[in-house]
Amino acid sequence: MEWSWAFDWAREFYRETGINLTFVYDSFDRDRLARGFMNTVYLSLICLVLSVLIGIAGAWLQGSKLVWTRRIVQGYIQFFRNTPPLVQLYFFFFAVGSLMPTYENRFGMQEPMLDNFTWAVISLSFFAGAFNVEIFRSGIEAVPTSTVEAAESLGYNRLQTYRYIVLPLAFRVCLPALNNNLVNLVKTTTLAYAIAVPEMLYMANQIWSDSVNVPETMTFLLFAYVFLVGLLVWAMHSWERAMRLPGYGR
Amino acid sequence: MSRRAPRLDPGGTDLPVLLPAADHLQRRAVRERELGAAVPRLDWRHGAVLLAGLLVSAGLAQAQSGEGQEPVLEVIVRWLPVLLEGFLFNIVISFLAMAFGTLVGTWLGLMQISLLLPVRTGSWIVTQFFRNAPWLVLLFYCMFLLPFEFTIGSLTIPFPDWLKATIGLSLPVLANVSEIVRGAVNSIPSGQWEASESLAFNRRQILWMIILPQCVKRMLPPWMNLYAILTMATVLASVVGVSEMMTQAGRVLAAEDRPGLLIPIYSFVLLCFFVYCYPIARWTVALERRFQVKL
Repeated sequence: MEWSWAFDWAREFYRETGINLTFVYDSFDRDRLARGFMNTVYLSLICLVLSVLIGIAGAWLQGSKLVWTRRIVQGYIQFFRNTPPLVQLYFFFFAVGSLMPTYENRFGMQEPMLDNFTWAVISLSFFAGAFNVEIFRSGIEAVPTSTVEAAESLGYNRLQTYRYIVLPLAFRVCLPALNNNLVNLVKTTTLAYAIAVPEMLYMANQIWSDSVNVPETMTFLLFAYVFLVGLLVWAMHSWERAMRLPGYGR
Repeated sequence: MSRRAPRLDPGGTDLPVLLPAADHLQRRAVRERELGAAVPRLDWRHGAVLLAGLLVSAGLAQAQSGEGQEPVLEVIVRWLPVLLEGFLFNIVISFLAMAFGTLVGTWLGLMQISLLLPVRTGSWIVTQFFRNAPWLVLLFYCMFLLPFEFTIGSLTIPFPDWLKATIGLSLPVLANVSEIVRGAVNSIPSGQWEASESLAFNRRQILWMIILPQCVKRMLPPWMNLYAILTMATVLASVVGVSEMMTQAGRVLAAEDRPGLLIPIYSFVLLCFFVYCYPIARWTVALERRFQVKL
């Protein structure tokens, strides 16, 4: 393997210092950690997209004329806003999950229809989506009707008004709060550990259980998460700065 | 410090292009950025829903169970000492973590406004590090890497797991307290600094006698919100095996071995948290309202 030089230094490093970086030199552990990292990224991305979709749908439903539709959306927001995400995860996985039908897999075992990764996606998306509904709603409310009327008087049709006037303004108003929420979502994906989703924390846990190198793996894990979240925060802040509304705020 | 993160100042425009909803959103974003988490907003209806959920699920479980079985509410009452002992752990952990986090976080926050560049940068890095790390990872870090006892000479001080969890939870708290302090000091108009300088106060005197007393008012609501967030986060300790309320609830369920108890017991857990957090949340809202007018 021509890439071995990139990893073999860790074996030498272990011999000299006693610091056992199995996830660098051991290909099995390395693959596990990489898979965990990718799963964290997947989980974050899927939940991110779904939560934004839930937010858009919820904000649209909240503008509905039917009282009960609005009440249901409000109840959904209240539930997910005010309970700890861990409780929500347990609620979905253990309470709702046990009610779901099972099917027989090819080994003749009963398997639940939705696996724990799917439950984590559902639970975390609903969690982040609840905040997004509120954020998008306020963003749309922030655009005055006079602005919409001005666009109409300039000959924009309804779609164009949305596309060129309302959404760009609303989006810029939403961005800071939306960013907070998305950063929070990435941090919350660690909770999926509790229902044995193979994300980074879970994989790291398996590595340190097998190789008994708790301090090394733990430290790496902490720095990996700080790096991941820090990168996201930095990117979001730059984006926010680029999208700043001129004349709004000081 | 505005070079680090984009400034979010609500209002402050002479071009009223947007309606007040934009200001609310902006203010909320500022608050959440300081706290690193969304603020729970409780009202009495949540408690009513939880209580109704508890009673309905208990009734359903009762109807489903056989003849000779104990009523569900009696089961909860029988296990009440165990559950409440767990809840006591939650409260003790949240208190200690908040106390430690506030103590260290305040100093860290003051270091962030130091005139010395290395102190400022160093404390900024520490703050950002602990703010960006997920709570659960920090909790794991402390649970696994702190020793279970300290030996000083012949004296052995035991270091139980709940104390380790306390330290683990206080790390994100101290980073957020540091941000709250920095934000509060920065929000004081520069005229206050200049005026007190012109009255020949030195920097320490200005900070302790003029700036910080004014900051306390502004810091109190976010600090209490942070406490509410921390209290909700103490259930994370169940993942690492501290005998707090969620863990105890799981043990009760295992001991009883009745699937119908799942929802009543967990509703009861949520209800306990609600009863504890609701007065704090109301008080915070009242304080926020009172201090908002003054600024």
